Amino acid sequence: MAMKHTEKELTLLREEVSQMWGLVLSQLEKTRQAYLNDDAELAREVASREKRVDTYELKIDSDCENYIALFGPVAVDLRLVLSLIKISGTLERIADLADGIARHVITGECTALPAAFKEELRIGTMFDTVISMLSDSFVALDSENTKLSGRILAKDETVDEIYHDDIRLLSEYVQQEPQGARCAMETLLIARKIERIGDHCSNIVEEIVFYIDAKILKHNRNEE
Amino acid sequence: MIEAKNIDFHYGDFHALKNISMTMESNTVTAFIGPSGCGKSTFLRLFNRMNDLIPGARLTGQCLVDGKDIYAKGVNVDELRKNVGMVFQKPNPFPKSIFENVAYGLRVNGVRDQAFIRRRVEESLVGAALWDEVKDKLKKSAYELSGGQQQRLCIARALAVSPSILLMDEPASALDPISTSKIEELIHSLKKDYTIVIVTHNMQQAARVSDKTGFFMLGELVEYNDTKKMFLNPEKVQTQNYITGRFG
Repeated sequence: MAMKHTEKELTLLREEVSQMWGLVLSQLEKTRQAYLNDDAELAREVASREKRVDTYELKIDSDCENYIALFGPVAVDLRLVLSLIKISGTLERIADLADGIARHVITGECTALPAAFKEELRIGTMFDTVISMLSDSFVALDSENTKLSGRILAKDETVDEIYHDDIRLLSEYVQQEPQGARCAMETLLIARKIERIGDHCSNIVEEIVFYIDAKILKHNRNEE
Repeated sequence: MIEAKNIDFHYGDFHALKNISMTMESNTVTAFIGPSGCGKSTFLRLFNRMNDLIPGARLTGQCLVDGKDIYAKGVNVDELRKNVGMVFQKPNPFPKSIFENVAYGLRVNGVRDQAFIRRRVEESLVGAALWDEVKDKLKKSAYELSGGQQQRLCIARALAVSPSILLMDEPASALDPISTSKIEELIHSLKKDYTIVIVTHNMQQAARVSDKTGFFMLGELVEYNDTKKMFLNPEKVQTQNYITGRFG
């Protein structure tokens, strides 16, 4: 059966969010590479593409407002539009954080940490984990499958654990090498930003569960 | 394109339309909304001269269709109505077969070519999204169809004489939600070939189907704007009060 024009509008909205998602994932991947390889050029590319993410957010907000105003969605359609508004806002914040990390790389003021110690901080693992959270949540929405949600949310705990380990490791490092305090602080800020990205990915998963299963996980996740 | 220039319309002493000017672009859907008695149906009916026979009716101003004044001397009203079709609130099929209902306009216009009539009937029923439901029972009475099907039959009847404009006066208000949805979908698909003007009491319907919306009140055109603008951020406080249900 042919798709109704109201359904086509919803499909277009989803496509816009998918495109934004792809852009934010690419920003995050590049930020990871830029950080791990001290690649200021790549970091500058991330910073320069940040505006495109903002443009997507504004467009999606406007299109969602129009959809609600014109088509008065109810039930699953209403939940989808509400979720898409929140997801696009969250994606924009993830891109902001990636941009923030890229700017640390651009300033290049932190090259003093020993390579072995950097390995121990597992920043690369944090990056990999949040990137997989973001791409898995995209798959969850695209396939309308919330079975993945538990696994994605569990990954956030891994990110949190690494972050808390990093606080301990970096404070011990500062005690032993006070001249490296500035660099340790910068690295902690980066770890903190990645930890926040993990939280945002979890929020996206909560929105997907709200849309598909009409369940509210927010503030309530442990009971699920 | 349809244009109204400084339209004033009276029913005897009653001033039904007050200095209305607006333009409706080709291949768009324009919706008129407003409380009962606001003049929206009166305004719609001006464009195929349906108000001509009302005693005491008086019009000043100009109604232009594709640049021509349809109230000018010498205008052939039958020709005008071939170009400007009308669909009413209540489906009004003739007591004839489904086929003859659609063929009727062609026959009264003197078309005798049976092959052409058959082809045009099919095209019109396809255009009105009814063909698949009636193709095997074209000889059955139109009265055997459901209300929603009868309304689409009336749309097919209007399409058969190849109009460029369709006027619809609350075309779905007597229909159930499924039939309403089919009519709305049909309106959406027809706009690529026709200019459509619809009067509706259902504001959400106006929002769903139209590109531009005119809000009428007490015979005045209060606001005429893009539908998106109208339903998200109208310019006039009266429009806002009406569409939010605070007025009326």
